[in-house]
Amino acid sequence: MDLERGSKMPPPSAPAVAAATTTTSTCCGNKRPQLRDRLVALQPVVLRAAAALATAAAAAVMALNAQSYTAVVAIIGTRPLTQTFTAKFRDTPAFVYFVIANAIAAAYNLVVLLVRRLILRRRMAGLVVHMLDMKQTHKANIFVKRNYTLTMALLATGTATAAAMAELGKNGNVHARWNPICDRFGSFCSRGGVALASSFTGVALMLALNLLSAASNAQCSPGQ
Amino acid sequence: MAKLHRLISAVLRLAAAGAAAAAAIIMVTSHETTSFFGIEMEAKYSYTPSFVFFVVAFAVAFAYSLLALLVRPGSTASRLLLLSDVMVGMLLTGAVAATGAISQVGKSGNEHAGWLPICAQVQAYCSHVMGALIAGFVSLLLYFLIILYSLHAVAEPLCSCH
Repeated sequence: MDLERGSKMPPPSAPAVAAATTTTSTCCGNKRPQLRDRLVALQPVVLRAAAALATAAAAAVMALNAQSYTAVVAIIGTRPLTQTFTAKFRDTPAFVYFVIANAIAAAYNLVVLLVRRLILRRRMAGLVVHMLDMKQTHKANIFVKRNYTLTMALLATGTATAAAMAELGKNGNVHARWNPICDRFGSFCSRGGVALASSFTGVALMLALNLLSAASNAQCSPGQ
Repeated sequence: MAKLHRLISAVLRLAAAGAAAAAAIIMVTSHETTSFFGIEMEAKYSYTPSFVFFVVAFAVAFAYSLLALLVRPGSTASRLLLLSDVMVGMLLTGAVAATGAISQVGKSGNEHAGWLPICAQVQAYCSHVMGALIAGFVSLLLYFLIILYSLHAVAEPLCSCH
């Protein structure tokens, strides 16, 4: 929409919006060079691809997070008795929710990225546009933002939940008599930490994209 | 029309401030002591970092809501207001989510980690925290309404070329 194309259709009387993301605009009558237009139009694409990558990486790292070790628990006569202790992401509902939320966010970012590139290249209007609420009206802008904001909020809840659980696993809780597990499962914890960091950057990128699209899609109606 | 927008915005922000204050206060007053097989067991919000984060986040949201009432619409500050509205909304989302996660562990425990549930011993504390969570959800809903309202009805703050 306006984000990739810049403001191709500025309101005739009022100057265009958000100088940061518009391309050659009638705002203040400046003509910008071609390369800069291209770079500015590429911004949201790069951001969206980075967000998709970050959330996909977070989901993948957490989904493959498992660690087990074998320890001797008793010695009967001369034979030691061993037991295997396993930690995997499915043990905690928080981590399961984290993986699901990150997968949804990655898929949504990817879908929006692909569909927007496809629409801009082939100018495919109609059914696809309707399905993803990409009409060129003020109300429809809110719907697109609503979907994106919802996905971002879902991702934020998933990340916060996993962060709280990770903190509990690392420090335990003396008053509830919950022992920390990170001393026994070190690499499980560090891999979980990597997934969390990746998810946090994904949230930050999605937030930046949200605000960027809000700033560039704003309509300045004269005499509001 | 602008006056009506201002009024509705102010009402929403006041309601959100009230809900945020309620959530923070309910969480702060959660405290219970019980004895379990002769062992003294005390449950307090400050023993869990997530609950402390909850209190701090909602206190910040309360103060922010009151400050936001003082902003004149149409000035440069109102553009910043939308940005910070979204930020504070995300902060509250994180706080509610983290508290929800810890509450779930407290209620059901985690057998793989060897963590026993504590809600059987401190039932009043658990329901108190649940009350705080509900107030938090209400506050979050109001914040999202504020953001949606600012985007939809008050599009003026986003215009950069006046």
